Amino acid sequence: MSTQTEVVPSKAKVTELDTVVIRFAGDSGDGMQLTGTQFADTTAMVGNDLATLPDFPAEIRAPAGTLAGVSGYQISFSSHDIKTPGDQPNVLVAMNPAALKTNIGDLEEGGILIVDIDAFTEGNLSKAGYKTNPLKDGGLAGFRVFDIPLTALTLKAVSEAGLSGRQATRCKNFFALGLVFWLYERPVDYTRDWIEKKFKNSEQMAKANTLALQAGYNYADTTEVFTTHFRVRKANLEPGTYRKITGNEATAMGFISAALISGRPLFYGSYPITPASDILHELSRYKNYPVTTFQAEDEISAIGAAIGSAYGGALGLTGTSGPGVALKSEAIGLAVMTELPLVIANIQRGGPSTGLPTKTEQADLMQAILGRNGECPVAVVAPATPADCYTMAIEAFRIATKHMTPVFFLSDGYLGNGAEPWKIPGPQDLPKFEVKFRTEKEGFQPYLRDPKTLARPWAVPGTPGLEHRIGGLEKEDVTGNVSYDPENHEKMVHLRAEKIARIADDIPPVRVMGKDTGRLLVVGWGSTFGAIASAVEELQAKGQPVSSIHLRYLNPFPANLGDVLKRFDKVLVPELNLGQLRMLIRARYLVDAIGLNKVQGKPFRVSEITKAIEGILRG
Amino acid sequence: MGIDVKEPKPTRADFATDQTVRWCPGCGDYSILAQVQKVMPELGIARENIVFVSGIGCSSRFPYYMNTYGFHSIHGRAPTIATGIKVSRPDLSVWVVTGDGDGLSIGGNHLIHAMRRNLDIKILLFNNRIYGLTKGQYSPTSEFGKKTKSSPFGTAEQPINPLGVALASECTFVARSVDIDTHHLSSIVERAARHKGTAFIEIYQNCNIFNDGAFDDFVAREVRTERMVQLEHGKPVIFGKDRRKGIRLRGVHPEVVTIGENGVTEKDLLVHDEAAQEPTLAYLLSRMTYPDYPVPVGVFYRADRPRLEEILEQQSIQATARLGAGSIERLLKSGATWTVT
Repeated sequence: MSTQTEVVPSKAKVTELDTVVIRFAGDSGDGMQLTGTQFADTTAMVGNDLATLPDFPAEIRAPAGTLAGVSGYQISFSSHDIKTPGDQPNVLVAMNPAALKTNIGDLEEGGILIVDIDAFTEGNLSKAGYKTNPLKDGGLAGFRVFDIPLTALTLKAVSEAGLSGRQATRCKNFFALGLVFWLYERPVDYTRDWIEKKFKNSEQMAKANTLALQAGYNYADTTEVFTTHFRVRKANLEPGTYRKITGNEATAMGFISAALISGRPLFYGSYPITPASDILHELSRYKNYPVTTFQAEDEISAIGAAIGSAYGGALGLTGTSGPGVALKSEAIGLAVMTELPLVIANIQRGGPSTGLPTKTEQADLMQAILGRNGECPVAVVAPATPADCYTMAIEAFRIATKHMTPVFFLSDGYLGNGAEPWKIPGPQDLPKFEVKFRTEKEGFQPYLRDPKTLARPWAVPGTPGLEHRIGGLEKEDVTGNVSYDPENHEKMVHLRAEKIARIADDIPPVRVMGKDTGRLLVVGWGSTFGAIASAVEELQAKGQPVSSIHLRYLNPFPANLGDVLKRFDKVLVPELNLGQLRMLIRARYLVDAIGLNKVQGKPFRVSEITKAIEGILRG
Repeated sequence: MGIDVKEPKPTRADFATDQTVRWCPGCGDYSILAQVQKVMPELGIARENIVFVSGIGCSSRFPYYMNTYGFHSIHGRAPTIATGIKVSRPDLSVWVVTGDGDGLSIGGNHLIHAMRRNLDIKILLFNNRIYGLTKGQYSPTSEFGKKTKSSPFGTAEQPINPLGVALASECTFVARSVDIDTHHLSSIVERAARHKGTAFIEIYQNCNIFNDGAFDDFVAREVRTERMVQLEHGKPVIFGKDRRKGIRLRGVHPEVVTIGENGVTEKDLLVHDEAAQEPTLAYLLSRMTYPDYPVPVGVFYRADRPRLEEILEQQSIQATARLGAGSIERLLKSGATWTVT
């Protein structure tokens, strides 16, 4: 990494801000995800706290200029700790009329709007459904509009690289990025280095993109279009080494770390599916680690192979999204019956059926807990933040191998694609767990259980004297022979349930954020952590009697959950579904929990939660 | 259980379990089990290093009767489980036992992909042309028009050709045998076991309850020599009691000829080449059915190709040699990082 550019002293005055929310929006072919990611990378490197929300259509290249083809990337960055990508952008960069139309409703009043005036052609306006040009008809009067000929300026800036007109136009995202870098006092160096690496095989493209980036920066600096630029100071983060990480990256790293910690190789069976494919891409890069990836012919094969690998003594892992879990459910039952360790990562998306492939939702909780034939209990964990995916991925394998059970890892599209800075854990911060195979021949029985955990022994092929047969038919207690005996079946159903229930003794109690007792407890799980915690902290600071807990263990629940729930007058459960956790809590603890439910394929805004809390507190 | 593994050479009995075999009396599966148990000691592989994996159906009870490691999985999915085992544990000898319904209907997708990957696994497909365990519905290999419980007016579906599926899936060892021809069956099983790569054997197997005599027209002892032909590598395709009949190619069409008639000599006959560059001949032979032709058994095709688990291992060895073995610290600090003091 080269040294930072000295931020050139500019004539523009500097305004200090705590937190800024920017949204980049354009056609799905405009490179908005790339622009956003580059802005996030640089923002992380200059030391702000940040959270991101990529939001893109399922179509790879929807028809250019249409509303359906708009892709967005929102980033919030701050000089203090933040937990969400922000409710409302302060800045919107709209590369065409469609991007303006779909996003302008979210921009704060008086917010900064940067548009590419060159893209506001009659054709594009009409594709976006504008009858008149909003840049001219006064419809944007409430915003600070900067209409800049981004395309023309880009073409001029990159002309010496000698690209075709079409290729040159595609550099305009870097021009826009350079401009926004200046506006928020960020150096262009990190992106410049990235361009060099990315286009190392195409000097022309590297040159053109670098020129566009620098031209955007210089344009903002010299033209006095912007009279102000903004400073967001470094966040006061704990000392340590940091990196920026997305949930899916953290998930992949967590699973690899589980292999390195336990000394057992990781086997990942998967079939490409949005938004889980990044985990397959990530894991397949690490050939010099004890990791094998297998792109299966279908979802069923992916889990079948993972079960086979677990039978052979590997850390068996399969990853997918909801539709894939539906296909895997019979095989999950097999892993429950054969009591093999297995982790199923579900990066949830909007459902049912194919649903909203690129949008987030939390509606697969019941599927994870109950979605199989028969009484078929599995453990379920859910990370709370992108970085927490790392911790919970390791935890999933710790539970799976210690308790000899399948474990669901419930992430979602928002966590998987969202990024945040992450303090890299040192060796002392890493969890430890050991994996033991049965080798002792004397007294071996395939379904003899550990008296404490009820786990059966992991006896892998290749061990002399332990040859045995397992399968999906009901097992006789202890021997594991096929048994259709009614009493035995009942006993085994109870044993399998009890085995999962006892995991509660092996997980941390839930911790109350705020006072231990009070008028309202907000209960969250999974990716809603950031919004819930931000809302509750905000109201606590105003002296409101509200506390929150966040569940990272959904089955079994932490042992103290019932007690905690009963110490509050009311319980609110915000979820991106129609109330699945709420249903479980009501059934299990007879608590009359209230739901706050959203199913728009988008995460909660903090304000949606504060509003609900205030409503309940007002009674 | 409780067998002394230090015994110099195990016997067939060492591969039998204490479980009561629950196939119907007279089922062809007994014969196949006996032959597989007989071949096992010949392979010189320790029992603990052998895994039998199956799906669902009568054939899939097989692992319970083999005193090795065994996994009786779910319908059609045995190849997937076997894939995970073999990729994670290349040291193990992995066998898949499946049937015409399990392997070619519900599990057809897995079967073809396992074969194209050329894992070193052995697939025994018991073809009885019927669903036995669910009590007598037609299967994907049931002959067209067959009347069964689920097709009282006769099936309206063409049967699939298992060997054609294997060949189209780029399987590197494709063979057929018959349950009651014990000598032939055991020799083919042994050859499959010694093949490096995926071996697929279709075994004609009689279901004496729901499809009794399905193959009698040509496998019955008294007609077998006239109505079946044993393929032998490098030898002309000859059959018949006095070995006077043979197969001659006319263009791409095989025809049955008699040596000594119409000037036909042995030299005119098709010479079997199981190691041919392309599986064209094997495919053509796989289409020969009774009564137009004698039914061929033996090894139709074999090829030598790198195996999936071998390639994956090599990639890992090469990456590790180039980059060094990974550690958690290296993993977490890969990419851009910054330090807060």
